[in-house]
Amino acid sequence: MSKPEQHSRTQFSKVPTGIKGLDEITGGGLPKARPTLVCGGAGCGKTLLAMEFLVRGATRFNEPGVFMAFEENAQDLTQNVASLGFDLKDLIARNKLVVDFVYIERSEIEESGEYDLEGLFIRLAHAIDTIGAKRVVLDTIESLFSGLPNPLILRAELRRLFRWLKDKGVTAIITGERGDLTLTRQGLEEYVSDCVIVLDHRVSDQVSSRRLRVIKYRGSTHGTNEYPFLIDESGFSVLPVTSLSLHQTVSTKRVPTGVVRLDAMLGGSGYYRGSSVLVSGTAGTGKTSIAAHFVEAACRRGERAIYFAFEESPNQIMRNMRSIGIDLQPWVKKGLLQFQANRPTFYGLEMHLTMMHKAVKVFQPQVVAVDPLNSFIIGGNMTDVKAMLMRLVDFLKVNQVTGFFTSLTSGAGVLESTDVSISSLIDTWLLLRDIEIDGERNRGIYVLKSRGMAHSNQIRELLLTDNGVELRDVYVGPGGVLTGSARLAQEAQEMAAQTAREQEKERRKFELERKRKALEAQIAAMRAELEIQEAETLNMLAREQEREKQLTQERVDMGLSRKADVAARLTKDKGKSK
Amino acid sequence: MSATPTARKATPRKTKPAPRKAISAAIVLRLYVAGQTPKSLAAFANLKKFCVAHLAGRYQIEVIDLLKNPQLARGDQILAIPTLVRKLPEPVRKIIGDLSNTERVLIGLDLLPRG
Repeated sequence: MSKPEQHSRTQFSKVPTGIKGLDEITGGGLPKARPTLVCGGAGCGKTLLAMEFLVRGATRFNEPGVFMAFEENAQDLTQNVASLGFDLKDLIARNKLVVDFVYIERSEIEESGEYDLEGLFIRLAHAIDTIGAKRVVLDTIESLFSGLPNPLILRAELRRLFRWLKDKGVTAIITGERGDLTLTRQGLEEYVSDCVIVLDHRVSDQVSSRRLRVIKYRGSTHGTNEYPFLIDESGFSVLPVTSLSLHQTVSTKRVPTGVVRLDAMLGGSGYYRGSSVLVSGTAGTGKTSIAAHFVEAACRRGERAIYFAFEESPNQIMRNMRSIGIDLQPWVKKGLLQFQANRPTFYGLEMHLTMMHKAVKVFQPQVVAVDPLNSFIIGGNMTDVKAMLMRLVDFLKVNQVTGFFTSLTSGAGVLESTDVSISSLIDTWLLLRDIEIDGERNRGIYVLKSRGMAHSNQIRELLLTDNGVELRDVYVGPGGVLTGSARLAQEAQEMAAQTAREQEKERRKFELERKRKALEAQIAAMRAELEIQEAETLNMLAREQEREKQLTQERVDMGLSRKADVAARLTKDKGKSK
Repeated sequence: MSATPTARKATPRKTKPAPRKAISAAIVLRLYVAGQTPKSLAAFANLKKFCVAHLAGRYQIEVIDLLKNPQLARGDQILAIPTLVRKLPEPVRKIIGDLSNTERVLIGLDLLPRG
């Protein structure tokens, strides 16, 4: 959680209340040795807050306390807070706590002349001194006004009392009932001006939620928002979640999605650890199945997971998931998987948020699935839901828990919007959609966004098989995007066309071969003819040569016979030899 | 401060103050004060006067100083000082203030009808 303001500690010291979350909002606790006013309507938890302040003080910080009760007697008080696990009897026996019940019955009291509240001071001083108390609670001191006459005296005395408490050095909580226009009926805020905390218990759309707000803290910075709180068996818890800043540590580790093909779509290795994943889609597109895959994969790795179910019971989810081959039961038995199933209307949003916080704090899971988010929207509480989810996402991120959320998109709306418009908080957003062709409805999945990874931009067809979710390539071609039987038909068609093309190719090849052979035969014939001609020609040439030789011989013979001179014949021979 | 025979001042409380005289309808009063403040002194003086005037012989007064015995404040649920508690006859009645208004004291002790 956010660090308490360091500088304010140097201004004056604070007393830790020990109440979960309150010390974070106030930056360390209540102002030490000063009175703090806690006000709110009936039943908003003033007494419990005050009592927890004392009990935690006594048990954790070794600061004994005095509880001065003006409304409930010690026995009732002990019984009431026993449900929160506080054992007042034990604390009283160990001198860690004094409960002093101040009983005022207006009808028994008559006023005659001036009086003061010295008796109250003496009682308080006596109680404080007996156990060395450091903390005091006055609950609800305003009942003095109904029990005692003469408000003027009372006001003066209360002012004196608060000053006296300061002098005494005790840290006090004074509770006050909320008035019509003022914080308290008797305007106690005028006297107690150091720290004022307002508790609120409001009901909207039949769902109640408790809020706490520090409206004043003199000399210190504090969270000024309204913080939800709840009261349960372990006491008070306030959620200072919006005080978080964007400084979460970021992991580069990746978490497999549980669906191999989906990992591939997300850059090959799945989600980032500690990121928030949203799966949105219309009804029946397989959101829960993908969530179950993710949770199951986490358990398989030996990690812990919490599945917050808001629409189905754990058994129903397990049965349904078994039908697609995801068995979650063993992981529940092993203690790796925890189901938290509640109707959204069961508590207020704050309570849900707080319950989730507690569950996460206690179980320490690595993976949390929330299915579905938008069931929280009841009536017009959109802004509340968004604020709550933002805090939930923040909380999970800070704790490095990978959050998996599903969101049901109504058919009519734009697919790329969630009902609770939390898309900006989401790191990885998977969109599931129906693809309706030829009287058939199929599921398509694509990654709308995934921060920090090179994710696929392709639509895949999502099939629910006996082995869980499988992703298939969709047919993308001139006929558009086809899925399901249309895809199969198209594939068959393509196959036929392919075969035809293959046959055509074969035929052409054969044809070519035939032509080649024909031409080669032709070439051979021509070559043979050429050879014949060549032979004839050579033959003719040889004959011609022979004839020429013969002619020359005849000429020589003729010369010899005519007795031509020898010299001439000799030179002719020389030239020939050269 | 001079004590009347029936008033014991600022002594540790006895469990049941024994009446010195046998009185048929005894009124047992207890006055809580915190030290000798003007209001306390006035209350005591006023109480004395009142008892002499209205309860002659039928009363018994115990004065408790809470500064000395602070633990006694719890028993009678004392907040305001001074407080006069009518222990007997029952029911318990409380009158806070310095008892300067005699009529209110009479009403407080059920000696005059309310209203």
